Amino acid sequence: MSSQKNRNKVSKNAKDPVSHSVGIVTPQTLHVDQPLSLVSGKTLKQYDLVYETYGELNAQRTNAVLICHALSGDHHAAGFHVGENKKPGWWDSCIGPGKPIDTNHFFVVCLNNLGGCNGSTGPNTINPDTGELFGPDFPIITVKDWVESQPRLADALHVQTWAAVVGGSLGGMQALAWSLHYPDRIKNAVVIASTPKLTAQNIAFNEISRKAITSDPDFHQGHYYRYNTIPSKGLMLARMIGHITYLSDAAMGEKFGRERKTEAFNFGYDVEFEVESYLNYQGERFSKSFDANTYLLMTRVLDYFDPASEFGGSLEKAFEKASCNYFVVSFSTDWRFAPERSEQLVESMVKAGRSVSYAEVDAPYGHDAFLIPTERYMAIFSAYMNRIIKEIEA
Amino acid sequence: MRADLKLIEPWVRAGTHVLDLGCGDGTLLAHLRDKKNVQGYGLEIDEAQITSCIEKGVNVIEHNLDSKGLKSFADQQFDTVIMTQALQAVRQPDVMLEEMLRLGQQGIVTFPNFGYWRCRHYLLWHGKMPMSKTLPHTWYNTPNIHLCTFKDFEALCKKKSIKILNRTVVDSQFSQSRFAMMWPNLFAEFAVYRISR
Repeated sequence: MSSQKNRNKVSKNAKDPVSHSVGIVTPQTLHVDQPLSLVSGKTLKQYDLVYETYGELNAQRTNAVLICHALSGDHHAAGFHVGENKKPGWWDSCIGPGKPIDTNHFFVVCLNNLGGCNGSTGPNTINPDTGELFGPDFPIITVKDWVESQPRLADALHVQTWAAVVGGSLGGMQALAWSLHYPDRIKNAVVIASTPKLTAQNIAFNEISRKAITSDPDFHQGHYYRYNTIPSKGLMLARMIGHITYLSDAAMGEKFGRERKTEAFNFGYDVEFEVESYLNYQGERFSKSFDANTYLLMTRVLDYFDPASEFGGSLEKAFEKASCNYFVVSFSTDWRFAPERSEQLVESMVKAGRSVSYAEVDAPYGHDAFLIPTERYMAIFSAYMNRIIKEIEA
Repeated sequence: MRADLKLIEPWVRAGTHVLDLGCGDGTLLAHLRDKKNVQGYGLEIDEAQITSCIEKGVNVIEHNLDSKGLKSFADQQFDTVIMTQALQAVRQPDVMLEEMLRLGQQGIVTFPNFGYWRCRHYLLWHGKMPMSKTLPHTWYNTPNIHLCTFKDFEALCKKKSIKILNRTVVDSQFSQSRFAMMWPNLFAEFAVYRISR
């Protein structure tokens, strides 16, 4: 059914116990020939999933942890790629020897989701039917579709049951979906800074981001590859808007205040305040490295997520189907997916009789706090993961 | 384990579901799980205590009882709702008692007796708010904002038509001394009440 290309394990020699890094990692690709029926009614005849692994699968195959990435993430969650030794993977703060997701004990898997733009089948990959890039013809994916695509990766890695599926934000939604759709293949779901569904305000921000991209003259209805261009202005603007929603007012205030690049006002509209400079820089950098069609797709994946709707509108009913233990974490200053959203999840889990622990971490970094290794966050995250290790190694 | 927790154990049936309000480091829930296969959740607000619960494998939910109440929990969801040494610290103890019995078939409550002779003696002799090993705080920074005597508690139960199924009174050593049994409101320092509708 599948073959694995470029199968390379984490280089053990590259592990640096001092910096607690998993060291140099090499992405691998799983090609799946089995068609995937999507929620939209469309079908992906075949697809590639690019992934990385860290740590070793134990003999009983009970220590595998699946990491789910958020909107702009990918399979490179920890360690370094050859030649890119400056910036580690996006969740290096939490994955590695001695870190909450301790690679001395866990076999960690992280993949680029379908529809992504970093190697897995998505808008910027070739559509085998046409021989051209998918572009806007790439079908709209849902969180459930992601989950349906992933057991094949688990099978290929000889993982029957995940010790934990872990994710923040959109990744947390995936962990939830795993627990609902494959209850017998997941022991723990760690759901961080997530939500049972988007609010009207969340969807509104997504719509502005989409409008920014689709109204860029270089967008060409999503066929910008044909014109050898990218809607960089639109994507940049989308990222700038998104970035504001990831931070808190306090975090921005602390980081930038009203600091200016020049002492005196310039009485013009060029960048003067540090916060403007920062947003422009972040937006521009992002627009060069991320695919606009994938960005559009990811915002829709977010919008559509509503597991309750699949179970008669009741989140409680949804969780009655689950059987794993849950660990839910929110952050006090996260206004994108506020603590109240996590509390809704917990309330329904309790009503459904599920085993759940919940903590609201007081951190000033807004939604982005799930990526920042603050002390209490690390303490409870480690405590929970250690509990899983104890169960595995008992 | 804490002596008052030992007094609670016999009143929780094996294999049942409990909710522990202000569960601390999860000692009681872990004990009930290991000894009696009891499942449940603890509500707590202290960060370090929450971490301890997670380490023990106890389900803990960060939840402020005063600001959030218990409305997010369903009627009769639990067999037993427990509140140890926290009733005197909540903003509305009367509402809390009613809520406990809305969520659970029975409630178990422990609290210090303000009618204990040493409290009375302290106030009478010093003319100041009593302080002791049990009540170590000064009047202005105490978390115990609703201290009461056994008589007060029982009067409240009567007013609210709450049945008192059992009462165990103990002295400061958590032993059931003869004096404490005979004149509880004067000689007992703590009580464990089992209540229901």
